[in-house]
Amino acid sequence: MSIKKHVKLGLSALALSVSLNSVAAEDPIKVGILHSLSGTMAISESTLKDTMLMLIEKQNAEGGILGRQLEPVVVDPASNWPLFAEKARELLAKEKVDVIFGNWTSVSRKSVLPVVEELNGLLFYPVQYEGEESSENVFYTGAAPNQQAIPAVDYLMNEIGVERWVLAGTDYVYPRTTNKILETYLKDAGVSADDIMINYTPFGHSNWQSIVSDIKKFGSAGKKTAVVSTINGDANVPFYRELANQGIDAADIPVVAFSVGEQELSGIDTGPLVGHLAAWNYFMSVDSDANYDFIDAWVEHTGKEDAVTNDPMEAHYIGFNMYVEAVKKAGTTDVEAVKDAIIGVAVPNLTGGYATMMPNHHITKPVLIGEIQDNGQFSVVWETPSTVAGDAWSDFLPGSKDLISDWRKPMTCGNFNVVTGSCGGKAEVASN
Amino acid sequence: MGITGSLSRLLLVCLLLWPAMATAQVDDSEAQQLLTALAESSFAEKKDVVNRIAGSGDERARIWLEAFAANKLARIESTGQFVIVLSNRGRDWDVESATTGESLGEVSRRDIDTIRVNNSLRSELESILSVIDLKSPNEDSRLTAARALRGNVDDGLADQLPDLIEAETASDVRLALTEALAIYQVEEQGDRSAVAVLSGSLNSDARAALQNAARSDDPALAAAANKALESIEQKLKFNRAAETLYFGLSLGSVLVLAAIGLAITFGVMGVINMAHGELIMLGAYTTWGMQQLLPGQPGLALILSIPAGFLVAALAGIAIERTVIQHLKGRPLETLLATFGVSLILQQLVRTVISPLNRTVITPDWMSGSVMINEALSLTLNRMYVIGFALVVFAGLMLIMRKTRLGLEVRAVTQNRAMARSMGIKATKVDILTFGLGSGVAGLAGVALSQITNVGPNLGQNYIIDSFMVVVFGGVGNLWGTLLAGLSLGTINQLLEPWAGAVLAKILVLVFIILFIQKRPKGLFPQKGRAAEG
Repeated sequence: MSIKKHVKLGLSALALSVSLNSVAAEDPIKVGILHSLSGTMAISESTLKDTMLMLIEKQNAEGGILGRQLEPVVVDPASNWPLFAEKARELLAKEKVDVIFGNWTSVSRKSVLPVVEELNGLLFYPVQYEGEESSENVFYTGAAPNQQAIPAVDYLMNEIGVERWVLAGTDYVYPRTTNKILETYLKDAGVSADDIMINYTPFGHSNWQSIVSDIKKFGSAGKKTAVVSTINGDANVPFYRELANQGIDAADIPVVAFSVGEQELSGIDTGPLVGHLAAWNYFMSVDSDANYDFIDAWVEHTGKEDAVTNDPMEAHYIGFNMYVEAVKKAGTTDVEAVKDAIIGVAVPNLTGGYATMMPNHHITKPVLIGEIQDNGQFSVVWETPSTVAGDAWSDFLPGSKDLISDWRKPMTCGNFNVVTGSCGGKAEVASN
Repeated sequence: MGITGSLSRLLLVCLLLWPAMATAQVDDSEAQQLLTALAESSFAEKKDVVNRIAGSGDERARIWLEAFAANKLARIESTGQFVIVLSNRGRDWDVESATTGESLGEVSRRDIDTIRVNNSLRSELESILSVIDLKSPNEDSRLTAARALRGNVDDGLADQLPDLIEAETASDVRLALTEALAIYQVEEQGDRSAVAVLSGSLNSDARAALQNAARSDDPALAAAANKALESIEQKLKFNRAAETLYFGLSLGSVLVLAAIGLAITFGVMGVINMAHGELIMLGAYTTWGMQQLLPGQPGLALILSIPAGFLVAALAGIAIERTVIQHLKGRPLETLLATFGVSLILQQLVRTVISPLNRTVITPDWMSGSVMINEALSLTLNRMYVIGFALVVFAGLMLIMRKTRLGLEVRAVTQNRAMARSMGIKATKVDILTFGLGSGVAGLAGVALSQITNVGPNLGQNYIIDSFMVVVFGGVGNLWGTLLAGLSLGTINQLLEPWAGAVLAKILVLVFIILFIQKRPKGLFPQKGRAAEG
């Protein structure tokens, strides 16, 4: 580096320190980012880390919050569930972060939960999950089952006229709980047990031949059949390939998926999958200016013209903006103050509406049903007329239908039993 | 579909019977009006508009409808002009005018309103287009059209069908049309004589029609339908058995491919290589890389990946052997740990250098879809190629081990290293070549797997346990054992899966292997003689 450059650098640093003089007195707001950057989940979670960095960068360019800059603290829990808890402890106890954005799988969230509650942190969780949880310290910006699974089933039942159902999922807590809720829901709607087929497969299952052939058989009974898929992650690519190869057309047996988004489709040739469905609260193809701006910013941030956006990214976008608004409203980053301030905060989502933080720490979201297109995008074919508020405790599970969650004072309870009138109703019934 | 629908189809049929009429073109204001109606109506109303377009007699109708079905008919927001999207990737889309066909260059995605289509409209469009195709001079497209009609015949078309059947020359097409008509007659008119036509059919729409008829109030019809269903069930049983066998063989051949490289490195050389899965992954990534180098020629790239994948994995394998394994000779536990470390390094390397996301490997046309043996039994093509490929690789390896100098030396070194060396065989060179060969074969497995599963950093992990299972079950050091073990484990798994579920089937197979190993610790084909004791 030449001397000239040194001088320039020194000068600009001086200028910067002068202009930021009033600000520099205060410490930056520390934002912990707890997403796996290595291991199995890196495939999904590493983009969320980049999303957070982009959002923080943008906020800093606009002057930060309350005149304070934001400082991201990135850690890598390496897709290792116990390590999530350790890294969360490191963020809260050692780095003293003001807020954490992180986690993807439910099991990693369950691992982090006691730490965040013990150290009184704030965690924004951006992925659709099985519900049956409400913590004072966690904000669930992804969909609860009533914001994704149930509207999707309603769509198939009422608009498509589906009478026979295959519930296919990966063998872990989210699909099992969701399918339990859906099974009760379908039976309540008058579907007989013979018309429901439930199938679980291990993580990363790659040999779908006989299952797809079974689905084909199940669907040839003269009643309109659909597959509700909670198949997760890597197993989807071979599953969709097998569907295409065995010639299952979306017009005959549509598959509606809850875990397949733009990012998962970017690994598949979607030509043969046109018409299969997914239910989310956001699609990259949504026609709104906020969304186009977000995509432009994302393409610029990643430097890749073909970078895709997806639903959990939108959830972080909403969650981050809610946090910003709540801190502004509270005038401080103090955890208690932010927790109180954030309830009722409404920020724009990317689909042209608003998301509001509800007292149960879930948010309002529109539910969209999209059909897969040949360019790896979804075309929205149906959406709920208004936004749906997330329900922490499902109305379709025996142990949880009497529970409500309300973190406003004076109730301040995550599992209030409306029948017994006491806080601390049975919570663990549904999660197995 | 209402009367308008049937009428428009009649019109459409007429239109194609007299090509002279087809040159008609509605004027542009009317075209604009039709397309505007399509753009602005709800999904339910779009059905009528589609039929109006089909019945308009405009020669561009087919282009519009095809574009609409592909979700590529759109309107420019700022100008109100209707366009057909030629390429819909990225933020700017290539479009041409829907009315004049003139290219309009790239338009920002923000400014394009796609006219949305859904599944039910798409199948409606398909049946309208297939009515057109019924008149096609090409027999294949007539057959596809006739097959698509089954279960989709309406009143208007039903009147036309007898004449079409009469005029049809190809027997396949005629059969499909007859079935289409019979399904309509059974479903809509409860016609008992039509049941007989369907009694031998394996088509799912025919079966669905019969199943509905079997539940009908007319006892005579129900009885006839039940009888027809019985005969179909008989045929289906045989087909399902054949299908399960095919599934088993194809899963088995995947296992054989994944395990056969290990059978050499672990079985013959006795090296526990936990990075074997990652060598498979390298082969799969080579296929992806080849397809990136040769865009637009996925087939050629795939064929070239066979030698390339072999080389890449073999070189990686030799590097691992030279740097890690040779220093740990005779210390299996350390080898296991060290190669496990290598596997993690390779995975993270791919994540960091390429991407943590899965890569798209395109399946060439000649490998996608399935061969239809009959209507109830179709064999997926990609799996068939994998079965063939596994057998070729196996035969090749057998030849190398039995008929070449290298094979002879390998066998000599594994049987008695000291003796072989004193006979002048360079044991180190043989080690390198053998490990390279085993690794290269893992690369070949990766090339094949790229066609049936994800190409991502985790690809190898999913196969390492299965590979060891196959090798141990087959008998360490025996290639025939690996082949037989792979195929039989695959078949057992697929036999169990329909009634036990995928998770339980896998567990049962493992339990079976544990019990088997208890009885016969050396696997299916134990090595005999003094070599086995060493």
